[in-house]
Amino acid sequence: MNFGALISISISAILINNFVLSRFLGLCPFMGVSKKTETAVGMGFAVIFVMTMSSAITWLIWTYFLQPTQSNLLYIIFKAFGSNVTPSSFDLAYLETIAFIIVIASFVQFVEMVIQKISPSLYEGLGIFLPLITTNCAVLGVAELNTMTMNLNFLESIVHGFSAGIGFMIALLLMSGIRERLELSDIPRPMKGLPIAFFTAALISIAFLGFTGLKF
Amino acid sequence: MLKIFTNGLLKENPVLVLALGLCPALAVTSTAYNGIGMGIAVIFVLTMSNIIISLIKKTVPSKIRIPIFITVIASFVTITKLVMAGYTPELSKQLGIFIPLIVVNCIILGRAEAFASKKSVLASMLDGLGMGIGFTIVLFLLGGIREILGSGTLTLGFPIIVDPKTVNIMGSSFTPALLLILPPGGFLTLGIFLWLKQLITKN
Repeated sequence: MNFGALISISISAILINNFVLSRFLGLCPFMGVSKKTETAVGMGFAVIFVMTMSSAITWLIWTYFLQPTQSNLLYIIFKAFGSNVTPSSFDLAYLETIAFIIVIASFVQFVEMVIQKISPSLYEGLGIFLPLITTNCAVLGVAELNTMTMNLNFLESIVHGFSAGIGFMIALLLMSGIRERLELSDIPRPMKGLPIAFFTAALISIAFLGFTGLKF
Repeated sequence: MLKIFTNGLLKENPVLVLALGLCPALAVTSTAYNGIGMGIAVIFVLTMSNIIISLIKKTVPSKIRIPIFITVIASFVTITKLVMAGYTPELSKQLGIFIPLIVVNCIILGRAEAFASKKSVLASMLDGLGMGIGFTIVLFLLGGIREILGSGTLTLGFPIIVDPKTVNIMGSSFTPALLLILPPGGFLTLGIFLWLKQLITKN
């Protein structure tokens, strides 16, 4: 296990390639729930949890169902039943979008039901954010990046998912802190609401550009 | 009927008014060409999924409608992804993960839920076309402005001006502001768009 690589992936996902501010993933919730710090914290924790878990699940689906290798489970099953197949018959990488989104959607639904059953108080806090997370592009984005673009291994995928969630939460918290103050300040009327939020995001994003040169 | 079509262009423009689909609107618009490419992909997926969802709206149980809608959308996105990888490999590489991410573009699920699952097939098709074209126009403008100011070029698929160092669309004295094609430039340009829109509508 290469510990240095894990730290490098983590720092990169949190600061250098922050999912919201430099990759533009998850902007809808970033603009939508950053009006109050309380809701931002709730959304942040929900996203960290879902992103970490779905990184793990989608990596397993990708490696053991969609890749044309000897360890493809479909290949093993078909072979055990005596069919004349080769691993390349199971090159299903093109199904990745459909497979990932269905897995993520059902996982989120499942988590929602479990939380509702086990801890109603936690459900009160996080529950309303969970359905929103299915359509948060950061979640599907991290799955695609782990498998298609960056070719990470299992542990790296989990670390990447977790760090990306932390990065999302940091951006959301920064934004909500500023927006709470903006509510009280005297802004020109046409700029109120979304325009000023976008200008704020631009300034935070410039600040995050400063991390570009960071190397380990 | 015509009103449904023009609705998406300006009055209910998905990006400027409804603030949906912000991720691709900012992420791919470092050039105008990428913006148009993403726009056309969204027009196709939005129109087709609106038609299909409108056709199956009576048979879908309302409790599991969201997973079904997402599956329909994901199928059309996969078609788009494969067609683009085959015929426009360069563009497909540029747009990267944002092609599969059309699945979670809130415009598409939003229209499926708010419009196509209630209205007739023809109306849903027109709504999809209108919304898609409205989205494309905004992406083209965003991409055009960012590209001209940020790199001094305007390449619409074929290079209109080849080397920004020798020939510059803004004249030789113009120094491109690199910031505009970097991530902050996206936030800034869309912020200005939204500001102008509120300035016009509120007065």
